[in-house]
Amino acid sequence: MADEDDIILSELSDDELVLQMHDDLYDGLKEEIEEGVNILLERGWAPYDVLTKALVAGMTIVGADFRDGILFVPEVLLAANAMKAGMAILKPLLAETGAPRMGKMVIGTVKGDIHDIGKNLVAMMMEGAGFEVLDLGINNSVEKYLEALEKEQPDILGMSALLTTTMPYMKVVIDTMKEKGLRDDYIVLVGGAPLNEEFGRAIGADAYCRDAAVAVETAKQFVARKHNQLNG
Amino acid sequence: MTDALSRLLSTRDWLMADGATGTNLFNMGLASGEPPEMWNIDHPDRIKTLYSGAVGAGSDIFLTNSFGGNASRLKLHGAQGQVRELNRIAAAIGRDVADVAGRPIVVAGSVGPTGDIFEPMGTMTHALAVEIFHEQAEGLKEGGVDVLWVETISAPEEFKAAAEAAQRANMPWCGTMSFDTAGRTMMGVTSAQFADLVEKLPNPPIAFGANCGVGAADLLRTVLGFVAHGTERPIIAKGNAGIPKYHDGHIHYDGTPELMAEYAVLARDAGVRIIGGCCGTMPEHLKSMHEALETRPKGPRPSLETIAAALGGFSSASDGTGDTSGEPRRERRGRRG
Repeated sequence: MADEDDIILSELSDDELVLQMHDDLYDGLKEEIEEGVNILLERGWAPYDVLTKALVAGMTIVGADFRDGILFVPEVLLAANAMKAGMAILKPLLAETGAPRMGKMVIGTVKGDIHDIGKNLVAMMMEGAGFEVLDLGINNSVEKYLEALEKEQPDILGMSALLTTTMPYMKVVIDTMKEKGLRDDYIVLVGGAPLNEEFGRAIGADAYCRDAAVAVETAKQFVARKHNQLNG
Repeated sequence: MTDALSRLLSTRDWLMADGATGTNLFNMGLASGEPPEMWNIDHPDRIKTLYSGAVGAGSDIFLTNSFGGNASRLKLHGAQGQVRELNRIAAAIGRDVADVAGRPIVVAGSVGPTGDIFEPMGTMTHALAVEIFHEQAEGLKEGGVDVLWVETISAPEEFKAAAEAAQRANMPWCGTMSFDTAGRTMMGVTSAQFADLVEKLPNPPIAFGANCGVGAADLLRTVLGFVAHGTERPIIAKGNAGIPKYHDGHIHYDGTPELMAEYAVLARDAGVRIIGGCCGTMPEHLKSMHEALETRPKGPRPSLETIAAALGGFSSASDGTGDTSGEPRRERRGRRG
């Protein structure tokens, strides 16, 4: 592209820069996102505003187009990667400024399942939405999930399975939580290609999330409901 | 044309492949989360039962119990050192079943995905993937499979790596991708793009197609996409028997044998040469499919409407092929160079 078409981020107004950052997230341009975050911070933006207005709002567009079959996994991974780079700058500042907390999630792929693409997407999109996420990785036994729940005290447990041979293991985990009287302490979300809503209900999860964008929406709803209950 | 599959294809209009592996093994007591491949050593009798079930139901081709038998997946269970052995035995049990069947049966060595994402987004490289698939291919070859059967692939990079591994093992092969995301693979590949990819390979597969995904209707829409693209290569259809449901501690797929019979006939009429099932497809489904294929006359190529009426609707309005000009597109700002 010719030089005169180049956009100089620092010359854009705040509003234009935020819109440009949405586009750059969409295109997975990591360095541009880092630059944009730094410019907004230099202009005196609160870290929390940079997170929500530039990054989270941008990832919401990515999530919606992923949900609607316009974007696919490679593009979303690139976008999430760019988001992560922006978050790395904001994270220490958010902690310092005591920004509001969305909630915390422990997530992992169940025992025997190596497929972690969907799980990674959910983790990234949840972080993109401002949640704190502890990713247990792949191949998690019921013991590993319980240990993480006890140690991390999250609001949400997320489990993922991509194979017919591993999806029933989610029920093993939920049943064990019930036996130990822990089930109602957490919001349990499940996902993975072979699953569906009915399956999620049958194994005792709070909800089945068909993709990462839906997972974020569902998590927000459940966390809001939980907080309302506590307050009421 | 020296391989068993090409010989069978040259004498028959359609061939029937097998059904599910995982669903059948669960019913024999496989615990969730455990690798099915270990049963090749621990319960060879049950693997023999699995294969015999397909042959007894009329399958001309069955896949070996080796889907997750690559080093990347077996590593989860600390069994990455047993790749060669587990695949060889999976194949050898199959060879024994096929050779006493009394009719020509093709033993196809199942090769599933590594589960890893390719660079630059992930860590998998082409060279490593070829090595991983090649190791598995040699085990399957040693055990006596007729062809390698690469399945449930989402990424073009992974498909190409598997093709190269087949070449390295000097084996004929077949390959299918799984179209489970708005009619495309998880990585965004359309049926038309896959048909192109297959023809550009230095060693194209004997047959190619679609497996697993979401339901029988979606799978046939993908098949129509291959056909519309003008492919001359034999097409494979291995669709799931409906969608999974949970009953009394077991997973049950809701597709009936009657539905799968409809699916099989529609697949044949759409131009598929190799018809089988995937998750949830049990011997009773295969029997019903076989009977329908044998007895029902060939009809015209079904339209999308015919498919939806017989098998249920599609999971998405479009599958990314054909005219997409009417689809929503995001208004973009200027791009920087």
